[in-house]
Amino acid sequence: MSISIPSNKYLFPIEPRRSALLSDLWQYQLSERYISDAAIRHLADAHHLSVIEVEGVASFYHFFQRQPAGKHTIYLDNSIVATLKGSEKIKVAFEQATGARTGSVDASGTFGLFDTPCIGLSDHQPAALIDFYPFTDLNEKKVKEIVDLLRQGKTAKEIYDVPDDHLRYLPDNNRSILFADENTGEAVGKLQAHTPESILELLQKTDIRGKGGAFFSTWLKWDACRKQAASPKFIICNADEGEPGTFKDRVLLNSQTPSMLEGMIIAAYTVGATYGIIYLRGEYRWLEEKIQQNIDDFRAKGLLGVNAAGIKGFKFDIRLETGAGSYVCGEETALLESLEGKRGEPRIKMYLPVEKGYLQLPTVVNNVETFCTVARLLQMGLSEYIKRGIPGSPGTKLISISGDCRLPGTYEIEWGMPVLELLDLCQADDPFMIQVSGPSGHSISMKEQHHRICMPGAGIPDSMNCGGSFMVFGKNNDLLDILLNFASFFKQESCGVCTPCRAGNFIIQRKLAHLCHGTGDSADLQELKKWAILMEASSRCGLGKTAGNAIIDTIEKFENYFSQRLPETGNTGIRAFDMVAAVQEYEKFKPLAP
Amino acid sequence: MKKKCAFWIDGKSYEADEGENLVDAALAHQLFIPSLCYHKHLEPPLGTCRTCICKINGKYGPACTEKVHDGLQIELNTPELLDMRKAVVEMMFAEGNHFCPSCEKSGACDLQHMGYELGVATARFPHLFEDRLIDFKPKRMIMEHNRCIKCRRCVEEVFTDEGKRVFMYVNRGNETFVGIDYEQESRLSEAQALHAMKLCPTGAIIVRGESLPRPLGDRIFDNQSVQKDFHSAPIQQMEADPKEKKRVATVSLAGCFGCHMSLLDIDTGILDVAELVSFDKSPLTDIKKFSGRCHLGLVEGGCCNSHNIEVLQYFRKMCDVLVVVGECAVWGGVPAMRNTIPLSECLEEAYLHSLTSETGETIIPYHEDLPKMLDRVYACNEIVKVDYSIPGCPPSAEHIWKAVKSILFGAEFSLLYAEFKYD
Repeated sequence: MSISIPSNKYLFPIEPRRSALLSDLWQYQLSERYISDAAIRHLADAHHLSVIEVEGVASFYHFFQRQPAGKHTIYLDNSIVATLKGSEKIKVAFEQATGARTGSVDASGTFGLFDTPCIGLSDHQPAALIDFYPFTDLNEKKVKEIVDLLRQGKTAKEIYDVPDDHLRYLPDNNRSILFADENTGEAVGKLQAHTPESILELLQKTDIRGKGGAFFSTWLKWDACRKQAASPKFIICNADEGEPGTFKDRVLLNSQTPSMLEGMIIAAYTVGATYGIIYLRGEYRWLEEKIQQNIDDFRAKGLLGVNAAGIKGFKFDIRLETGAGSYVCGEETALLESLEGKRGEPRIKMYLPVEKGYLQLPTVVNNVETFCTVARLLQMGLSEYIKRGIPGSPGTKLISISGDCRLPGTYEIEWGMPVLELLDLCQADDPFMIQVSGPSGHSISMKEQHHRICMPGAGIPDSMNCGGSFMVFGKNNDLLDILLNFASFFKQESCGVCTPCRAGNFIIQRKLAHLCHGTGDSADLQELKKWAILMEASSRCGLGKTAGNAIIDTIEKFENYFSQRLPETGNTGIRAFDMVAAVQEYEKFKPLAP
Repeated sequence: MKKKCAFWIDGKSYEADEGENLVDAALAHQLFIPSLCYHKHLEPPLGTCRTCICKINGKYGPACTEKVHDGLQIELNTPELLDMRKAVVEMMFAEGNHFCPSCEKSGACDLQHMGYELGVATARFPHLFEDRLIDFKPKRMIMEHNRCIKCRRCVEEVFTDEGKRVFMYVNRGNETFVGIDYEQESRLSEAQALHAMKLCPTGAIIVRGESLPRPLGDRIFDNQSVQKDFHSAPIQQMEADPKEKKRVATVSLAGCFGCHMSLLDIDTGILDVAELVSFDKSPLTDIKKFSGRCHLGLVEGGCCNSHNIEVLQYFRKMCDVLVVVGECAVWGGVPAMRNTIPLSECLEEAYLHSLTSETGETIIPYHEDLPKMLDRVYACNEIVKVDYSIPGCPPSAEHIWKAVKSILFGAEFSLLYAEFKYD
């Protein structure tokens, strides 16, 4: 692969060359398998930046390796679902087969073995990315075979597993919205009959809200952007679902990219945008070619470009950008920073993206599922759409189910389905705790099994929302292990800018590790809860604000469990202390017996 | 002329220019909002340190990113918010390795100053003791990453004449640090370098050859609080007959006895004390064993070996109230400088590779009669519950005795700003 730096030719003419920095770094990563000091210097010169600034960007994204990462780089998923499906054994198998210890490269430089958070394959665990291609449902034998094939000179691209969509459930009687039959271009074909105002009205009446999990009203967002005087405007598709346990957008990107593109075109038409960008998470690089093919097809059909969708004077084009491993980039302002070729640090909330977004221009950022839904709404019309779901929460939601159930996969449910029904559908035999909307979401106990899943603020009693991730945990799991896995994840994924999130997650992770180790009691648990509440109030963005959710929820809802799991706090004032562990290192100096 | 507006803090109305930063607008009315990253002319504000957290129109948010306007409702000094801001500052102390007694910036450090203003005697969080680099490579500066609070001021403010950044965040999550560009740094003028040092709220950026011009006791933050009504945190008093003669025990664990020396600094006051209290087990009396239960235990030093742990646990058992005295007891202090280095490296350096040790002639001591070294130095509150912490290296005699008198005899506890120090 030849490297051309800066690779800004693929950018829109208005974008500065800095926006190509991530793509430039990817070129080095893919061709040299790491980003050398020379590469950093070269990039700094090409972009007229100081070396430390490029270093700052490269070191932010964990798929950019600063040391040689092997001819083949293996990233093993270490999310909680992977763990409970036996990823520890797979790790050992990879270590034995490759000769590399996790976190390093084998002596010959052939294989690099690393951990990575959820890669969007929770229905196929244990799973790994090898040279950014997915390998699913791993077992020890399969690991050996894969490594042998790679040694024989096969490429990951030749032998990877195409993950099954595991589309387990669609609403009965053709009531699916996202997977209804469609012809590409049908939805945007209807644009001719619409004005921006009529589309906004449609969105308002159907109460479509952001399906990435924030549930912000889509019409309000689009309307606010439409009213901005500045131009050009941008439509950004957030295809960076990083929440552990979610993979619904993977499924949509695999089969419904045309819908997503149509949704973006509709958004552009409504707000008067000229440019669209899809920000694809680095974990889904293997889907890049397919998505790009769809974009090219759209262009060939005249759906994109000058007079897009056959509308005179409507100019709109879409390009694809790929992230490089960073959970926080799913936060919309961090995503914008990342697109600008910077560290993916969330911005302070002085302006909304619709006011000053990408390049400080008015920008709409929506999730893959939201764009798909809008396209289908236009296709089926208001009266059909609102038949789905329940009053106050019309429509459907795509949910990724994983963990202790027999049918992990993708479920499109109508809003209003009770938790219990969903648990029956996925054949969860012995559920104990469910983590809804991922580690940053909420933990629920079986006491809430009759709660209905719907949009927040719908005024429906005993209800809860779900952004997509739905992880089921059976009784054989240790809640402390689960919390520790979440805390380790947040500790690494914090952008590092604000104190409560950067230090707080680390402090909490340490404490949980002590509790798992057995040094600690119920008083420590209460302390953890206080710290989680502090982080919620004082952190800079959603990551820090929600990182302690699972701690707060489980301590409140699983009181009995913890009272048995941890010793009572005594009244001696003496804390638990592991003397054996504390003197272990010193014991090395004990003289050998003569 | 700027338009005036009326905004509210804790139920009282104040006037300011519309659009003025809330931190400044409040200070103009002598209302102190603690802040560390906030730097007046950086726009947009950084919003990184989160020390200024308050409630803005009912929602938690930092004051530094807020501009005042008509009707703005701020909750500032509720007990919850006071404690929250204190917790954020404590978090910074727990995260970094802040050894005030050995820091060039001590006395002129904004972080230390916030600690004083908010009465941070100890961090509620265990210190992390992460190993951090001291970068001696830059031409003009030394970058002391142990002290950096990642406020971002230098990142956004220091540029070369060519407009290139000199500082930038590197890595992510708990491994984030502020990296320095050696090449760009070497292009800074002496004045630009000094500006960077001045900009740094802690002692993370030190220009070579620079030292603080003012002596101890006369430094910027030594004497005067910025708060109109500074008052120290209250102290829990004992429920006991104030006339009864109180028994006090003291001990020095991993300390230097400096705190015990400070105890004696009340000069003739010690005669009054001797009438009110009797010393039980203590190096002052040379009594080795407890003769009975004590009302108060004063502990100097943290725990660096197995014996320290046992003594401290026994003190907790034998004393009604336990007070830790000095930086070492509070969080580890100077002995905890080894906490970022593996124990074996420390021992090998001290016993095998030191200048005075001859190869093959020295050993690392180990004997069943010797206490065992712990993997790191532990703060007293990691081992036992501590009732009150007195910071300082050493703490002032006034602070110690005011605390003791208040705890034992119910005397009013009122600490002066100048009596509360970390060095």
